[in-house]
Amino acid sequence: MSETKKSWLYRHRYQLEDIKLMIRLLNESLTAKIGIFLITCFVLLAVFGPILAPYKPLVQDLTNRFMPPSSEHLFGTDQLGRDIFSRVLHGSRISLVMGIVVTSILFVIGTSLGLIAGYFGGKVDEVLMRLTDMFLAFPSLILAMAVAAALGPGLFNTMVTIAFVAWPRYARLARACCLQVKEETYIEAAKALGLSHGRIIFTQILPMIISPLIVQATINLGGVILQAAGLGFLGLGAQPPDPEWGLMISEGRRFISDQWWVSGFPGIMILLVVLSFNLIGDSLRDVMDVRMRR
Amino acid sequence: MGKLLEVKGLKTNFYTYRGVVKALNGVSFTIHDKEVVGLVGETGSGKSVTAKSIMRLIDSPGKIMEGEVLFNGVDLLKMKEDEMRHMRGKEISMIFQDPVIALNPVLNVGIQVIETIETNLGYGRKEAKKESLDLLKKVGLPDVESLLKRYPHELSGGMAQRVFIAMSIAARPQLLIADEPTSSLDVTIQSQILVLLRHLMEIDSINSILFITHDLGVAAELCDKIAVMYGGKIMEFGTKEEIFEEPLHPYTRGLMRAVPKPGFYGELFTIPGEVPDLVTPPPGCVFHPRCPQRMDVCDTEEPKTTKVSESHFTSCHLMEDE
Repeated sequence: MSETKKSWLYRHRYQLEDIKLMIRLLNESLTAKIGIFLITCFVLLAVFGPILAPYKPLVQDLTNRFMPPSSEHLFGTDQLGRDIFSRVLHGSRISLVMGIVVTSILFVIGTSLGLIAGYFGGKVDEVLMRLTDMFLAFPSLILAMAVAAALGPGLFNTMVTIAFVAWPRYARLARACCLQVKEETYIEAAKALGLSHGRIIFTQILPMIISPLIVQATINLGGVILQAAGLGFLGLGAQPPDPEWGLMISEGRRFISDQWWVSGFPGIMILLVVLSFNLIGDSLRDVMDVRMRR
Repeated sequence: MGKLLEVKGLKTNFYTYRGVVKALNGVSFTIHDKEVVGLVGETGSGKSVTAKSIMRLIDSPGKIMEGEVLFNGVDLLKMKEDEMRHMRGKEISMIFQDPVIALNPVLNVGIQVIETIETNLGYGRKEAKKESLDLLKKVGLPDVESLLKRYPHELSGGMAQRVFIAMSIAARPQLLIADEPTSSLDVTIQSQILVLLRHLMEIDSINSILFITHDLGVAAELCDKIAVMYGGKIMEFGTKEEIFEEPLHPYTRGLMRAVPKPGFYGELFTIPGEVPDLVTPPPGCVFHPRCPQRMDVCDTEEPKTTKVSESHFTSCHLMEDE
């Protein structure tokens, strides 16, 4: 048993060393620590939030409208007497799922198209890149609003909308990295050995360019959550009574001068989550950049 | 001895901002079964372009303009890209000058070898892994099991070249194009690689080799026939003995005189001048500005290829006259 365990460790020693080095470098940076701490809290909240929540997020209690933050209602209550703390906890799950699902879709679609454009070049490249130009020519929120309005509101449609609007950035990045890598000798060598285009793209080029894409995805996760909240705020995303953060801010904005906590707490949550993803993304960029090492 | 590869009048251009670089200007030669043909010449004479043109790995801004590359009688230049891809690695393979950068730095040896075997022999993952061990042993690598887990930067140049050779001979290709495979290795490793290539021919892992080098010593050691290239053209083609013992072309003669010999002291001979700029190649014979035996006809007329013996060809006006 110990023999196999040792050999597993031995066989993966380089990967392990790499991970160790990354952890050490992350540990050296304060921003990374703050980011990781906040994200861990956020993920834990999203996973266990519904269990921890003291009240049901949708249950109204009209006798207790607009209660200020107190020991009974940690974040106070809203215009329908719902406990804002419970709603924020439930909302964290919506935001996390949204962020992860959309970013994964973006990552897969954007990267694939970018790699194909970069690798094949010529007409394929021309068509795909003009397409991304079209998307990038509009401010993304305006475009997202148009798409969301066409698709109709709802959580699922919000995800589709954001993915639809944001893929060109990934495609651009993947293409740029691919153009650089495809001139390397080992790509020519792979061609000379008769490897298929698919294999060259996905097993030879993709591993070379994965780090900038991961960094982009991490930073973008916060952006996706922000955009989802933005659409929710505008009434084009989640619909009442979903406890979605953007929607909650929107619902509370009429009372903001007197009952600041209705909009305030979901707003603070969005701020913290987006900030933490950006902090992590920044530190990952530093850590994954080989030139920063040694 | 059948003809394996017949290159006829191959012309390749590169379209650059400076103008059209006529890198190959009608290259013709033949490789028979069980033959090692050396392609020697200076830097910029078009050796590598010839190799890439045969493999059809010329990327934009380069373009193969005309000519034929008959491989077992089939013109590779007329093949569809998809058919050509199936020729690469299976029928014609290639090894490179710097083996360390010809291997993907982020993938371990195992993944790369196994992937090549899967592609070219159609094996499943398990069979491919077994075959990869055999292959690596065949090219003389020790401790193959642990080698699979190692990354290119951990290998010495010689080991990396062996790994790459293993990958390129996986499907027992008919022709191996070796593009200066020993130029980045030190001399002892160099001779080991040459011995390995000979050995692989003997055990039928490869049929013939097109060996590109600028080192006449290496060419003399390995090759049966030698093509001397200059300015995108073959100046002289013949058996090793013919080229080394009775060179006919003034350029080949110059090259032979420029090789240091044991017991020779004093200043080494150099061919005056430099390699022509192939955007504006000299008219007539490309070598005439540097030729010690230049005649008036050389300035204006391109020499034809003259057959001196059954295996010996040269492109020089001196020979045409005889």
